Amino acid sequence: MGAQGHDAEDVGIAAGAAQAGDRPVAGPSRGPRLGPPLVEYLLRLGDDRLILGHRLSEWCGHGPILEEDIALANFALDLIGQAASLLRLAGAVEGAGRDEDALAYFRDGVQFRNSLLVEQPRGDFGDTIVRQFLFDAYSVLLWEALLGAPHEGLAAIAAKAIKEDRYHLRHSSEWVVRLGDGTAESQARVQGSLDRLWRYTGELFEADAIDQAVAAQGIAVDHRALKARWDQLVDEVLARATLVRPADGPMQRGGRTGRHTEHLGHLLATMQSVARAHPGARW
Amino acid sequence: MTPPIRQLPADDPAQVAAFEARIAAGESIEPKDWMPARYRSQLTRMMSQHAHSEIVGMLPEGNWITRAPSLRRKQSLIAKVQDEAGHGLYIYCGTETLGVDRFDLFNQLLDGTAKYSSIFNYPTLSWADMGVIGWLVDGAAIVNQTVLAKTSYGPYARAMVRICKEENFHKRQGYEICTVLANGTPAQRAMLQDAVDRFWWPSLMMFGPSDTNSPNSGELLRWKVKRKTNDELRQRFVNLTVPQAQALGITVPDPDLRFDPETKNWVFGEIDWSEFQQVIAGHGPCNRERLEARRTAHADGAWVRAAATAHAEKRARRTEAA
Repeated sequence: MGAQGHDAEDVGIAAGAAQAGDRPVAGPSRGPRLGPPLVEYLLRLGDDRLILGHRLSEWCGHGPILEEDIALANFALDLIGQAASLLRLAGAVEGAGRDEDALAYFRDGVQFRNSLLVEQPRGDFGDTIVRQFLFDAYSVLLWEALLGAPHEGLAAIAAKAIKEDRYHLRHSSEWVVRLGDGTAESQARVQGSLDRLWRYTGELFEADAIDQAVAAQGIAVDHRALKARWDQLVDEVLARATLVRPADGPMQRGGRTGRHTEHLGHLLATMQSVARAHPGARW
Repeated sequence: MTPPIRQLPADDPAQVAAFEARIAAGESIEPKDWMPARYRSQLTRMMSQHAHSEIVGMLPEGNWITRAPSLRRKQSLIAKVQDEAGHGLYIYCGTETLGVDRFDLFNQLLDGTAKYSSIFNYPTLSWADMGVIGWLVDGAAIVNQTVLAKTSYGPYARAMVRICKEENFHKRQGYEICTVLANGTPAQRAMLQDAVDRFWWPSLMMFGPSDTNSPNSGELLRWKVKRKTNDELRQRFVNLTVPQAQALGITVPDPDLRFDPETKNWVFGEIDWSEFQQVIAGHGPCNRERLEARRTAHADGAWVRAAATAHAEKRARRTEAA
C-alpha cells in the first residue's frame, strides 16, 4: 500500500501539472455561478420565506405571551406554506425533477438564495419583531408588484401571499409601535435591534442580472419605486414608535448569490439533519 | 389564587343537597350557579392542570419543529403545537369562569406547585416520537376527554367537545406518520419501534393512579366531574390501541399482554408505579428542563409584557386627553 500510495500521489501532481496548460484557470466571471434566471428568481423568493418561517418556528413554545406564541406560529405556517409553493414552482421550471423538499433539504448553504436579513438568529422578541416588520413591509410591496406578473403560477402565489403578509405587517407594525413607545427599556432594546439589522435591508432592494433577465420575461419589479414606498412605510411606523431611523451606512449583501453569513449553515444543519440522515426515505 | 382545600368554608347542607339533586338529574352546572366550594376547587385543579399540560406539552413536540424532515410535516407539526397553545388559552379562560385569574394559575405552574400531565416530562429523541406522541399521547388524551365532554361543569364540557375534534385530527396525523415509518426503510421502522418502546408505558400512566389508589376519584365521580374511573379509561385505551399496533406491525413492550376472550379486554402487565410517582414528584427525565423552559420564556418576555402595558396606558391617557 505504501509504495502504491506514493506512486498515486506522484501521478496526481504530474497529471495536475500536465493539465494546467490545457484548462483555463480564469473563470467565466468574477461572481458566483448562477442558474437559469427564473429558477434563481423563484429560489430567492422561496428561500426568503423558508428561512424566515424557520426562524419564527424556533419561537414555538417560548413566546413572551401565549397569544404571541400563537401569532408567531401562524406567521411561520404562512411563510413556510408560501415557500413550499415557490420552491415547487422553481423545481418545475428547472425541470430537473427536484420538488420543494429536495430543494429545501438537499441543497447546501451556498446554493440558498435568501437575503441575509432573514437568516439572522431570532434574537430576543424585539429582534424578531423588528426583522419581521422590515421584511413584511418589503414583502407586501413586492407581492403588489408581482400580482400582475405574466406568469400564472407566480401571480397566483402572489395573490394568496399578499393577504397573509398584509396581516403580518399589521401585526408586526403594531408591535414595533408598542415596543418603541412602551418603556425606556423596550425602546432601547428595539432601537438596538433596528440599528443592528438595518445593514441587511439594502440587499432587499438590489437589482442584478437575474432581475433584469426576468424583467425581460415580463416579471418586472421597479426596485427603486419599491424602495421609495418601503422608506415611506417604514418611516411612518418608526415615527409612531418614537424610534430613530438608522442612517443608510454600508450595507451587507451576498445572500442572493449564495454568499451568506455564518448563521445559515447552522440553521441548515439543524433543519436538514433528519432528511439527510435518511436519503431517499419518505416521511 | 385557589385557597388550599383544608381552609375551604363549610357549605350549607341544604344547598349541597339541592346541588347534588341537580347533578343526579343530569343537569349541567354553569359559572353563576351555586356549587360546593370543594367542587369549585376540584374543577379549578383539574382544568388548570389540563391547561398547563397543553402549554408544557408544546415543548417536547416543539423540540422537533426545526428538524421536521419535510415541509409538509414541518407545517403540520407547527399547526399542532399552535393548536395546543390555543387549547391552553381556551381552558385557562374556562378556568377563569370559576373565579380564578389565569396569571395566578400561570404562576403556580412556574413556581412548580401546579401539576401537569406526567407524559411531557419524557424526552423526544427521534422524529418517530412525533408520530408516536400523536398516536399514543393524543390517543390517550382523547379517551379521557371524550368522557370529560360529558362532565357536569358546562364550560369544561363545551371546551372538551371543541378540543376533542382537534385532538382527533392530531391523532390521525400522528398515526399517519407512524404508518409511513412502518412502511419505510429498516432504519425508519427501528426508529418507530424504539419510540413505541419508550412511550408505551408512560402513555398508560397518563390515566393516573389505579382506582385502588386514586384519592380524588370517589368525589369526582359522584359529582359527575369524572364519568369513568382511571382504570376503566386505561383499559379502553389499551383495547383501542393494541389492534392499531398490530396494524403497524410493531410490538408493544409488554410480555404479559394478552387478549382475554371472555372479557374481550387486552390484559396488560403491571405498571411501574414507582416510576409514575417519581415523575409526579418532579424527578422525571425532563421535569427540570420543562419548567426551566417555561420560566425562561416568562422571564425573557417580562420586558415585552411591561412594554405592552405601558403602551396601552399611554394610549388610554392620550385618548382621554383628546
